[in-house]
Amino acid sequence: MSRIDRRFAALKAAKRTGLIPFVTAGDPSPEQAVALMHALVDAGADLIELGVPFSDPMADGPVIQHASERSIAKGIGLAHVLHWVSEFRTRDTDTPVVLMGYLNPIEIHGYASFAKEAVEAGVDGVLVVDCPLEEAAVLKPLIDAGLQQIRLAAPTTAPERLAQLCEAATGFLYYVSFAGITGAGHLSTDDIAVRVADIRARAKAPVAVGFGIRDPASAKAIAGFADAVVIGSALVEKLDGATDAATIAERVNAFLAPIRAALDQR
Amino acid sequence: MSKIADFNAYPDAHGRFGDYGGSYVAETLMAPLAELAEAYERLRHDPEFIAELDRDLKYYVGRPSPIYHAERLSQHVGGARILLKREDLNHTGAHKINNTVGQGLVAKRMGKPRIIAETGAGQHGVASATVAARLGLKCVVYMGETDIERQKINVFRMKLLGAEVIPVTSGSRTLKDALNEAMRDWVTNVADTFYIIGTVAGPHPYPMMVRDFNAIVGREAREQMLEQYGRLPDALTACVGGGSNAIGLFHAFLNDADVRIVGAEAAGESIASGHHAASLVAGRPGVLHGNRTYVLCDDNGQITETHSVSAGLDYPGVGPEHAFLKDAGRAEYVGVTDDEAMEAFHLLARTEGILAALESAHAVAQAIKLAREYPKDALILCNLSGRGDKDVQTIAEREGVTI
Repeated sequence: MSRIDRRFAALKAAKRTGLIPFVTAGDPSPEQAVALMHALVDAGADLIELGVPFSDPMADGPVIQHASERSIAKGIGLAHVLHWVSEFRTRDTDTPVVLMGYLNPIEIHGYASFAKEAVEAGVDGVLVVDCPLEEAAVLKPLIDAGLQQIRLAAPTTAPERLAQLCEAATGFLYYVSFAGITGAGHLSTDDIAVRVADIRARAKAPVAVGFGIRDPASAKAIAGFADAVVIGSALVEKLDGATDAATIAERVNAFLAPIRAALDQR
Repeated sequence: MSKIADFNAYPDAHGRFGDYGGSYVAETLMAPLAELAEAYERLRHDPEFIAELDRDLKYYVGRPSPIYHAERLSQHVGGARILLKREDLNHTGAHKINNTVGQGLVAKRMGKPRIIAETGAGQHGVASATVAARLGLKCVVYMGETDIERQKINVFRMKLLGAEVIPVTSGSRTLKDALNEAMRDWVTNVADTFYIIGTVAGPHPYPMMVRDFNAIVGREAREQMLEQYGRLPDALTACVGGGSNAIGLFHAFLNDADVRIVGAEAAGESIASGHHAASLVAGRPGVLHGNRTYVLCDDNGQITETHSVSAGLDYPGVGPEHAFLKDAGRAEYVGVTDDEAMEAFHLLARTEGILAALESAHAVAQAIKLAREYPKDALILCNLSGRGDKDVQTIAEREGVTI
C-alpha cells in the first residue's frame, strides 16, 4: 500500500476530510522550502502538493504563475524540488508528497532519471497538468518506478471519459471544481456535490476537490461530499513576501488551522 | 532523403505527426478540443462550407495571390531566378487571413458568438478582428505588452475593427505569454467562445486545421508554377516562427521529393549569442502549448526568452509538423539573423518596390542565399508572407530615424 493510499485509508477510518495544501516549491523562500513543508503538516495538512515551477503554466491563474516566476528567477528547478523532498523525508516519513506541474521540466530532465530520483527522494505521486489520458504513455517509467499518477477530472469531462478516468485513477482523483484557472471564480457547491457524488460512486480512488477553495466556509461546504480539499492560490497569496521560518509558520498556521477546524466539524 | 511515403497521411487521429503534436492540455480543455475536432472534421468535407470558404477567399481575401518573378532582385543577386508568392497582397496584408477566414466560418457554424485570439506581430490579431467584424462576432485579442509597444499600428488597427486588445504582463510579455492567457480565457469561457489560434501550434486539431486553411498557398503556387513555368520550383523557402505561412507553402509540395524545402528561422543577433528564436535549429524536443515539438528551454525545462527583430517570429516553439519534417529529413531549417533580414528588406524595397514584413524578410534573405547556390535557370520560390507597413516604426527606430 502506498503512502497516499495509507493516508486516505486512515482518513476514512477516522471519518475525516483530508486537507491538501498546495505551495509552489521555492516560494516565498527557497531557504525555508523544507521548513514550509513541515509547517504545513503542523497546521493540519494530510498530504502536500508541491508545485514544480514552470515558465508557462497554462492552467494556473496569476497568483500561482507569479509564484512560479519568483521561484524561477531564483534559479529553482526540479533538482532543488527533489532535494527538498528528500530533506523533508528525514523528519517526516508519513505525509505523502505529490509533485504538481507541467510536462516539460520532467521531459527535459528525462523520464527514467526523474522517476528514479523522485522515488529515492520520497515523492509519492505526480500530477502533471498537461498530460491527459491520451498522452499518459510518456509517464510509464514513473509508474513503473512506483510513483502514482494523480489524474484530473473536470466539469467539462464527458461521461465516457469520466468512466475511463475513474477506472485509471490511482492515489486520488483530483476533481477540478469549475472550468477555469486556479484561484478564480465562485463555487457552486450544489453542482459540485452532484458531480463528486457520482465520481465517488464510480472511482476506485478517493476524490479530492480543488480550484476556488479559499477559506473555512468554502472548505467546509466541499468537505460534506469530498474525501479531501485542495487549497492553493489563497495560501500562496498569504505566504507572499514571508522570508523567515517563524513568519512562514505563523502565516501557514493562521490560514490553515481555521480550515482544518472547519473540516473537522463536518 | 526521407522514408515517409505520403506526407498527406499526417497527423493521425490523435493529432500526432510522428513523435510530435498531440494534445498536452489540462483535462478541462479536452472536451472543447474534442468538440472542435469533431466539428472541423465534419465541416472540412461539407460542400456548403467549402463553397463558402472558397467564395470568401476569392472575393474577400482577394485570392489567388500571384507568383511574381523578382527580376531585378534576381539580377542583383546574380544567381537563380527568385519568385515571390505574394501573400502580402491579401486583404489585411498577410497570409494570416487565410486561416482566420476559415476558423471564423468554423466558429460561426459552431454557434460561438465570441472569438479570442493571441497575437505577436499583430497580423493574426488584425486578421481575427477583421473576420470577427465581418461575421458580427465579438473579438478579444491577447497581446504581450512588449509586442504592443513595438506594433502600435496594428494595435490601433484592431481597435478600429472593433476588437478589444488585452495587454499581457506575465512572463516575457510576448507571443508565448499571450498564448497562455488566451488559453486561460478559453478554459474559463469555453461555452460561448471560439479560440482562433494563429499558427500551426497548440493542441490537436489546431496544427492540422491551421495548416489546412493555409495550404491554399501551396496548392495555388503549385498550379501557378506548372502554368507559368511548366515545372515545379527547385527550392521553396519561407520564414518559420510558429510556421503557418511556411507549412502553407510547403504542404502541397511535400510529396514532390525533387523540390528542396528550406525554412528560415529567426537567428536574431546570432545563434551563438543565444539571442534568437530558432527552435528547430538550436532547440530540443519538449512540450509547450499543448503539443510536443522543438522548444527553446534551459536545463530545468523552463522556456527561454527569445529574440528577433520581427515580433511574428519571436516564439520559443514551432509547429509540430515542422519538427516532424525536420526529423524526417524532408525539410531543412536554417537561421537568418536580424541583420541579414534587414539587408534583404532594403534590397527588396530598392530593387522591386516591395516593403516586406520583417518576418518575410527572413525568407527573402534565405531565397537570396539559395539563389546564389543555384544556376541561373533554377527557380527559387519564396513566400512573401506579409507586407512591411506595420514595421516601418520598428525599422526607423532601429536605424535611428525619427519619423
